[in-house]
Amino acid sequence: MKIGIDPEAPPFDLAAVRERLSRSTGRTYWRSLEEVAETPEFQAFLNAEFPTSAQSLTSSLDRRQFLKLMGASLALAGVGACTKQPLEKILPYVKQPEELVPGKPLFFATAFPLSGGALPVLAESHMGRPTKIEGNPEHPASLGRTSALMQASVLDLYDPDRSQVLLRAGEIRTWDDLVSEVTAELGKWKGTQGRGVRILTAPTFSPTLAASVQAALTALPQARWHRWEPVGRENTREGARLGFGRVIDARYDFAKADIIVSLESDFLFDGPGQVRYARDFGSRRKVSGKSSRMNRLYVAESVPTVTGGNADHRLPLRSSRIAALARALAIEVGVAVAKPKGLEAHEAWIKAAGQDLIAHRGAGLVLAGPSQPPEVHALCHAINEKLGNAGRTVLYTEPVEDAAPEARDGIAELVADMNAGRVEALFILGGNPVYDAPADLGFVAALGKVPFSLHLSSHQDETSILSLWHVPAAHYLESWGDVRAYDGTVTILQPLIEPLYHGKTALEVVSILSGDTARTDYDRVRDHWKQLTSGDFEAAWRRAVHDGFVSGSQRPALTIAMRGDATTHLASLPGGTQSDDDIEIVFRADASAYDGRFANNAWLQELPKPWTRLTWDNPALISPAMAEKLKIASGDMLEITLGDRAIQIPAWIQPGMAEQTIALHLGYGRERAGQVGNAVGFNAYALRTSKAPWFAGRAGVRKAGSTYPLATTQTHHSLEGRDLFRNASFATYQEHPAFAQHKHHGIDENASFYPDWKYEGNAWGMTIDLAACIGCNACVMACQSENNIPVVGKEQVLNGREMHWIRVDRYFEGDLDNPDLYNQPVPCMHCEKAPCEVVCPVNATVHSSEGLNDMVYNRCVGTRYCANNCPYKVRRFNFHLFQDWVTESTKLQRNPDVSVRSRGVMEKCTYCVQRINQARIQARKEDRPVRDGEVVTACQGACPTDAIVFGNINDPDSAVAKSKLDSRNYALLSELGTKPRTTYLASVNNPHPSLARPDPHAAGHDQYDAPGAHQDTHGGREHGRETDGQGGSHGAGEDEGVKGDPAHSPERGTH
Amino acid sequence: MAQLFKPSSNTYAKLSIFGALFAIGGLLLGLNEFNRSSYMTNETVAREQPVPFSHKHHVGELGIDCRYCHTAVETSSFAGLPATQICMNCHSQIWKDAPMLEPVRASYRTGQSLEWTRVNDVPDFVYFDHSIHVAKGVGCASCHGDVAAMNLTWQAAPMTMEWCLSCHRDPARNLRPREKVFDTSWVLRGHDAQAATAAVGGSAAAQGASAGHGGAAATAGANAEHGENTSEHGEADPDAAAHAGAEGHGNSGAAHAAPIDQATLGKQLMAEYHVAPRTDCSTCHR
Repeated sequence: MKIGIDPEAPPFDLAAVRERLSRSTGRTYWRSLEEVAETPEFQAFLNAEFPTSAQSLTSSLDRRQFLKLMGASLALAGVGACTKQPLEKILPYVKQPEELVPGKPLFFATAFPLSGGALPVLAESHMGRPTKIEGNPEHPASLGRTSALMQASVLDLYDPDRSQVLLRAGEIRTWDDLVSEVTAELGKWKGTQGRGVRILTAPTFSPTLAASVQAALTALPQARWHRWEPVGRENTREGARLGFGRVIDARYDFAKADIIVSLESDFLFDGPGQVRYARDFGSRRKVSGKSSRMNRLYVAESVPTVTGGNADHRLPLRSSRIAALARALAIEVGVAVAKPKGLEAHEAWIKAAGQDLIAHRGAGLVLAGPSQPPEVHALCHAINEKLGNAGRTVLYTEPVEDAAPEARDGIAELVADMNAGRVEALFILGGNPVYDAPADLGFVAALGKVPFSLHLSSHQDETSILSLWHVPAAHYLESWGDVRAYDGTVTILQPLIEPLYHGKTALEVVSILSGDTARTDYDRVRDHWKQLTSGDFEAAWRRAVHDGFVSGSQRPALTIAMRGDATTHLASLPGGTQSDDDIEIVFRADASAYDGRFANNAWLQELPKPWTRLTWDNPALISPAMAEKLKIASGDMLEITLGDRAIQIPAWIQPGMAEQTIALHLGYGRERAGQVGNAVGFNAYALRTSKAPWFAGRAGVRKAGSTYPLATTQTHHSLEGRDLFRNASFATYQEHPAFAQHKHHGIDENASFYPDWKYEGNAWGMTIDLAACIGCNACVMACQSENNIPVVGKEQVLNGREMHWIRVDRYFEGDLDNPDLYNQPVPCMHCEKAPCEVVCPVNATVHSSEGLNDMVYNRCVGTRYCANNCPYKVRRFNFHLFQDWVTESTKLQRNPDVSVRSRGVMEKCTYCVQRINQARIQARKEDRPVRDGEVVTACQGACPTDAIVFGNINDPDSAVAKSKLDSRNYALLSELGTKPRTTYLASVNNPHPSLARPDPHAAGHDQYDAPGAHQDTHGGREHGRETDGQGGSHGAGEDEGVKGDPAHSPERGTH
Repeated sequence: MAQLFKPSSNTYAKLSIFGALFAIGGLLLGLNEFNRSSYMTNETVAREQPVPFSHKHHVGELGIDCRYCHTAVETSSFAGLPATQICMNCHSQIWKDAPMLEPVRASYRTGQSLEWTRVNDVPDFVYFDHSIHVAKGVGCASCHGDVAAMNLTWQAAPMTMEWCLSCHRDPARNLRPREKVFDTSWVLRGHDAQAATAAVGGSAAAQGASAGHGGAAATAGANAEHGENTSEHGEADPDAAAHAGAEGHGNSGAAHAAPIDQATLGKQLMAEYHVAPRTDCSTCHR
């Protein structure tokens, strides 16, 4: 059963969905369109606990065969335990490194380079193998937290498809061959002062690399340095130039911002500042008590983003209209610009945002995303200056980018020169322009005209095979180097491991051009910093490498005013709008594959993307209204045309998309990414031109006739609309702090047949603050890399067999076109009265003395009774041999402290018991209790907003015990009497009074004060149980019964 | 037609049904015993090594401390195997030309590790931590036997889950003062301990602990494995030990004023070191 993508299934009726949603009263959370539509496929998927599992048995089984097999398995039962431990070799060091203790990990500070700057990390190393990424707690850009991409980056190191040899025209050569050839050519190039020599890099944030390129350009004065990055920040640069007359960068202080207006900026999820921004933003979302000062976020965007999902007021608006919106907002706050037309429908939004900004002068913040044209950025600068936000929430600095050019040599200029035959030698250092260059430039043809081309890349990709030389690139965990974070702070990159495949860095390649081949990267970086350091260099160097940053290297804030003519300049900009019927295409970096560089990362491919919860694909997102108009269903193949270019790509109906907009995500449809990424998804670069890199109008769309399966996890593990997600507005919260405490009448949550457990010492527990969770998936990735969780592939995701131990459930609320989005991470609840424990026939899941539900893999025989009995659906079963037991390189990544599971074994979140054990052992060795905060689970450590708190609930002073006393604290399905150890702090958002939806919590608030009041008025269908006449005892095993209960489902959401 | 079966056939038939129960039971019992035999557990099997390293010589005769080579035992889960350099600390000076040590020198020259065969090996799904055991007063010899008496090293205990649990359920038997943890020849007062050993064990399994030299602890640990039922042992052993201790006390007078039997000592040390071993599954499996 495949949801919404079954080619045979008729598309469900969107009009009916819309109608159903509009009919519902009270607060209605819905997980997917399929759920609201109650398609037969969805119902069937729900009713089967493990969909399609039976279909895996291909041969039919008759009675005789069955008896034979049963007899054999009975006779052989237990024999499996009689294995003899095989002889193993053990290899000690020859010379053991001084600081290394076998069995103990070491942590090294370095940084994960991403476009626009780097994210600082502490990389965990087990016996010389980097296994896990943590944030660097001392670095301002991380403060110990991470993002999903950072977490997943360690897998790239061990990618078996990485390029392993240096090639010239397809033949294996050595580095020395390359050096001698380039050196020989260099004599010739010097004759023309390097006129035909070109270097192509991404904008570089490495001071040493920038200096090295400059050194090469000094040796070859006529050579040119071009920069290209598909997901670049040109608009941001140009916007600054428009506003200030020169290129400067802005960084933001979200901790100080009361009102944030984002115009297509996904600051919580995209860009090098994301982790710090998310942390600062989250610090203003966690409310405790009436005096909390909660921020308010307005987002206008065409494509739903993580930031948009966290908005208190999200406005789906076509990308081309955002400029008009910015103008209207500017007028609202008193910046004189031409009045835009066609925004009448959004007047209330603009007014509310404007009023809020004015009311919070100096504590507001307006910013635009890189997809918006320069004038929008300039308008944001003008608004911030007008309201006195500049210098407070917005800090201006010199450009973070090193050697940022005032006039840019981009890829368009390069291709023009290549076509004109003016390029003799092209050094492509990183990137993949054959795949990602704008389609209108014709980069491939131009590359054919370059006699000497060299491509440095981690994989032998699309560009490598068309270049004369291919040099395997070193991973960042293999390299010496330096790189700047979003605020300019420099991290010295240090390698944790020798390059696995003799990879080289851009620094090494560039240095050939300046004749600097004798030094190593280590010397180059050291020498560069030696020049810049006064005083004791050695001490400063050691400190910088150890700490992970060069102190004092942050770009200082500038006091700078906008250029005098900026407002008149902005006022004179044309304020036109496009016609309403025009279909607009929007290009975005993908949440997983990014610009294509992570296409071969299986963890990321299988990571459900925010909003869509899709894996392994990048369909074209369209709004429900557009789908209705064009009669398109999710999974229909579309032919999308833009000018004379066309691609075929499946459709995905995404609530929250702007009208008449098609969102195409980049990074898919790779041909030479590797085993994982090849031929996955569709290449949107084929439509992307240098004129319109972010959005383009006048697109054509028609159905291509076929359908395509899409693997979303959103319909999996559904808990069928029970009372799971709780939210209230900040105003309601202030009035009724206990809004999340729903009473279940007639149910004693403590009733149980089983005696209570006693916990002396530690009792582990967790809270997850839904007000702070932004849905960024960092926890999911951290868990995957910490706990050796396998990937299963698209086919198995379609069967509902993804293995993530923590999932982020998505809930929509409100109407189909612009729903509010809520995220709820769901790991194992570690119930006190765990339904899974009592049904295991082999005692493979048992209660520990500290309250964990231990999972004993070596005992598990795979009956799956536990998963069947788990009301939270958090158990994952290895239906096949999902774990890769074959590829040598990926074995190096595994966490040695966690068992690698095989086929036929159940697994689930363990609260990172390996970390608990380590902390406990340490504490016991020191004869003291485990300190609060000593055990940090992987998800908790990764969370950029500190939404997850873990610790000992027996200790009243622990953070988690305090958190559980919060009035927002509630348990999932508490009426079942499972007493979960993982509880949630209910979500709070902060709508503007004039825009707030009517809040049933506020209307029917009596129920909080009068426990006897009946509850039908609020919560909607989640209380279906009681009103369906099913109140009373809800045993652990009742879950099954409810599913089959026809009286239960049709009534949902209607009473 | 004569009857095919004589009347006695009935008896044989009944007997064979009766006998089959014993046969099946015996088979199961046999399999059970086989699974715990040293053939399956690798117990007492001395392993060939690239260099015939003798703990007897280095520990027993020269008196080198365990931690000189097993450097991480107090800090890490893994005790650590000595780097070639540690061998060469001495063997660059003494026996520096011995042919037997050529693999060590070769390793040092080439940078290639020596490839030892693991002697004590638990399955990959078992997570054991040396440091906490050492910190809580479990002697090396308690699990590894009297390595000071081993020429080639062998596994001195069955290392089965049953064996681990026998101590986790009743650690008192195997505790010793912290300062004696690395003392392979430590015994709780000479012949008293031997008496205790005899009283507790009495079975042939004392082989693994080399006839009492390793002290009561190793033998008791090894014996537990051979019991058919851990709970029976959990109760019976301390009694036996206490009994033996009481006897010893009567015989030997006041050579040591402090506790004289292992059970009492163990209980004291448990209180003093805050020993509270866990039997949760996640203690070792995760």
